[in-house]
Amino acid sequence: MLFKLILKNIFRARLRSLLTIVGLVIAVIAFGLLRTVVDAWYAGSDMASANRLVTRNSISLTFTLPTYYTERIRAVDGVTQISASNWFAGIYLEPKNFFPQFAVTIPVFFDLYPEFLLPPEQMQAMLRDRTGCIIGRALADSYGWKIGDKIPLQGTIYPGTWEFTVRGIFDARDDTTVTRQMYFHWDYLNERVKQSFPRAADRAGVFVVGIKDGQRAAELSAAIDNEFKNSIAETLTETEKAFQLGFVAQSEAIVGAIRIVSFVVIIIILAVVANTMAMTVRERISEYATLKALGFGPGFVVALIFGESLCLTLLGGLLGIALSFPVIATFKSLIGTIFPVFRLSQETLWWQLGAVIFVGVLAAILPAIRSARIRIVDGLRHVA
Amino acid sequence: MSDSAVSPAEAATTAPPLVRIRNLSKHYTRGDQDVPVLTDISLDIPAGDFLALMGPSGSGKSTLLNLIAGIDKPSGGELTVGGLNIAELTEAELADWRAANVGFVFQFYNLMPVLTALENVELPLMLTDLPRSERRERALLALSLVGLSDRVDHYPNELSGGQQQRVAIARALITDPTLIVADEPTGDLDKRSAADVLALLQQLNREMGKTIIMVTHDPGAVKAATHVTHLEKGELLGTELVAAGD
Repeated sequence: MLFKLILKNIFRARLRSLLTIVGLVIAVIAFGLLRTVVDAWYAGSDMASANRLVTRNSISLTFTLPTYYTERIRAVDGVTQISASNWFAGIYLEPKNFFPQFAVTIPVFFDLYPEFLLPPEQMQAMLRDRTGCIIGRALADSYGWKIGDKIPLQGTIYPGTWEFTVRGIFDARDDTTVTRQMYFHWDYLNERVKQSFPRAADRAGVFVVGIKDGQRAAELSAAIDNEFKNSIAETLTETEKAFQLGFVAQSEAIVGAIRIVSFVVIIIILAVVANTMAMTVRERISEYATLKALGFGPGFVVALIFGESLCLTLLGGLLGIALSFPVIATFKSLIGTIFPVFRLSQETLWWQLGAVIFVGVLAAILPAIRSARIRIVDGLRHVA
Repeated sequence: MSDSAVSPAEAATTAPPLVRIRNLSKHYTRGDQDVPVLTDISLDIPAGDFLALMGPSGSGKSTLLNLIAGIDKPSGGELTVGGLNIAELTEAELADWRAANVGFVFQFYNLMPVLTALENVELPLMLTDLPRSERRERALLALSLVGLSDRVDHYPNELSGGQQQRVAIARALITDPTLIVADEPTGDLDKRSAADVLALLQQLNREMGKTIIMVTHDPGAVKAATHVTHLEKGELLGTELVAAGD
């Protein structure tokens, strides 16, 4: 009977309930969308491994490091592998067709990233072709590229026209792995740079360093940096995650604002639901008094109010969660390749559900207390 | 109506009264003012009586009814129902006591608008351990007693005022209470419906032996009762026997 009363009460004021549910749906979608934007910002750092360090010039990322550092870093006890990595920033046809391109040490780089799944025969083909490249599955799918296709890029940092042949397409090991980027031989880049800008040759943007034990990351970072202390190009070594978060930190204020707005949305909908519940309870005071007169305790009335509030918010909330998937998919298609990973995470789903329950409970507290406390004789006299 | 006054003592000669009230008082505090509503009320209501409480507005008749029904607490005095001093019960104990011993009939019926007639009647039985089938059976029986067997699935807004009040009476009956309290049960009804409702209450009193206390300001409604008690300005003026056939 309690459940029946709750369900039937929800739709007594149909328009009001409907508007509240619509408000909840919009709020839950907005909350999910904003949190997904925040998640997308951190996507790169999510795929970072504890067993990878990044060594860069301590002044800034725009300053490179000499490649002869490679052997000295490799000599540090605990370091297993090392790959150079240079940001290429080439343009494919038009600047809007942005995707990341890196010149890396192949095949070491792919040994450092076991989450990139590349068939061995494709790696062999890549090793045989100095102008070859390996691209991620998402990138291949978005441009319809396949093995053997040519990708012409207009260099920006490294001027000239560059043409690469797709020799491999890697897949992601899990859904946190980004596959919207392209890798090619660092040696090929260096070879062309030597020809056009000899002074800029034999320089690495960063070194990606593999270590045996992720627990020793801090110790090994210090050991690498000590190796180059007081040298012409001092280094700054940090975990891959810290390195990625360094990029995010540059836009921390925006991310923070988005995060705050996502919670403001919840506070607004809390006010809307609280208002709905206050009006609802006010109209039913005499019914609650009647129930109490018949012998139902204040607990039954409280359960009715909390039940109605929770059912109302869950109805709107679950509908909002369900609609978040197509809305986020549409949003993803509209923003193109700005975010390599843009998906509704399980954590965001739990946040949405949690927010809905939080709103449902909080909105019912004051009306429930009021109804539980009201004297039966006063309640029976009450006119809505 | 008879002119013969019946004292509480006389009324209790044959059996102990169901309701025993001694020096009962009730006052409210408004700001720093003490507003008396009932003063020094002493009254016995025997089991099986149909007592009408009459008086002008503000005389305290509804307050007295609320106190007897256990939905309000007295400020002083003694109030026992069936030998139990209900003034000493806690709120939770009072709720349990009401559920088992009191049936309510309100002026505006106070049915749950989202429940059917059958569900409304069944509602008080939710507080018992009865299985669903038995609850249904009893609710159907109660509705047939008030002549609404053909309206079980109707919602209150699909029933006339008189029918709604009969559903309320069925709800008051369903737990087989010791006492039925009715606050202006005909106050919102047309003459014909009012007569039907009063006839039904009278039938419950005469045929089922239910003790009924009814607040009314309608002299016509008093004729259904066996006794009438007059109140004015919070004081009891006396109890009279209502002549049969009046």
